[in-house]
Amino acid sequence: MSTGTGSKTAGKIFTVAVASGKGGTGKTTVAISMALCAETDVQLLDCDVEEPNAHILLKPSIQGNEHVSMPVPFLDEAKCTGCGKCSGICAFNAIVFLKKPLFLPDLCHSCGLCMKVCPGKAIMEKPRHIGILEIGAKGDVGFVSGCLDIGIASSPALIRAVRKQSKNAGLEIIDCPPGTACSFVTSVKDSDFVLLVTEPTRFGLHDMTLAIKVIKQLKLPFGVLVNKSISDDDCIGKYCSSEKIPLLMRIPDDRSIAEAYSRGVDLMEVKPELKDGFLKMIDAVRAIAEEDGGK
Amino acid sequence: MKIALSTSGHCLGSPVESRFGRASRFIIYDLEKEIFEVLDNKVNMNAPQGAGVQAAANVLIAEVKVVITGHCGPKAFNLLKNAGVSVYLAEGISVSEAIKLYQSNSLKKQESADVDGHWQ
Repeated sequence: MSTGTGSKTAGKIFTVAVASGKGGTGKTTVAISMALCAETDVQLLDCDVEEPNAHILLKPSIQGNEHVSMPVPFLDEAKCTGCGKCSGICAFNAIVFLKKPLFLPDLCHSCGLCMKVCPGKAIMEKPRHIGILEIGAKGDVGFVSGCLDIGIASSPALIRAVRKQSKNAGLEIIDCPPGTACSFVTSVKDSDFVLLVTEPTRFGLHDMTLAIKVIKQLKLPFGVLVNKSISDDDCIGKYCSSEKIPLLMRIPDDRSIAEAYSRGVDLMEVKPELKDGFLKMIDAVRAIAEEDGGK
Repeated sequence: MKIALSTSGHCLGSPVESRFGRASRFIIYDLEKEIFEVLDNKVNMNAPQGAGVQAAANVLIAEVKVVITGHCGPKAFNLLKNAGVSVYLAEGISVSEAIKLYQSNSLKKQESADVDGHWQ
């Protein structure tokens, strides 16, 4: 290890959520590079459960699978008094009431409120399969990935299951889904730092500003990494300096990186000289998070 | 027999609303008595999800046997179908015109939803 160490205070987990707003900016590339640079005591969680792909670049050996379900209500018809309270209280319109309730699992968020308000205790829960977890490792890098079943719309429940696999120690890197909706929020929530990976295009800037709006509401410290960087004087750099957002790293726009990616080869293999930059960035991220935590 | 028509207005001269679940109102028309009442659907119009099924429940409670609307998605359609309610499509005409077309058998009965659910 040279100037940067990327290491961490033993015993305490440090979670970096790698997010972007815009898709295709290099979240997975960056998340894997960070994990491979940090080398020890590191875990990578692929929370992009609608299209998990970190395994393609990391090539971990998978040691086990876990099935993930979410509870959905079902009715004991004999006990149902037909009061309709369950339908009236459901915030997600997941219960249609016509003499007896009809449950719509696609709309259910597993809040359990219908069960609680049912005076006849006629509502119970049954598991509904939503996806699987793949748990493994590549060398010393722990790996967990969630894969949502086709046709299932509720990704947050599976993302929470991925994040529950956290080792509660070392450096934890979350490969987040793109966008700014529930799945993004669930992935970045309670992290120590959000690293926004973007590209120097109008689209990259636009979608990053959307993500920043959400992150500010979540009150999380964040910084920016520019991927496919052509010039230090780009729209992202200007935005970051005017908004006083830390711009932590630039990865150059380099055809050899794209070619390696297209073959499923990770960035560290093709550009090992970037390792020092990644380690420095991880240190900077820790410093910012610590300073923010002290506020 | 009562029929429900989705609408953005309050009377028989109002246009048929193209959306079912997110229509502002339903006109519940009694074919025998030739009278109607207006059923508010504002709660479902602004619902984050499940507007179609709750609108279907709404018109089922009003004991209609027919729904005339612009488009109907799979969840609402199946709920209506299972309850024995027929769905007919009409668009760009008034509620009263749609009722006349229905009475003269000029509207086509839908055998399935004509649009996809919102995440399918």
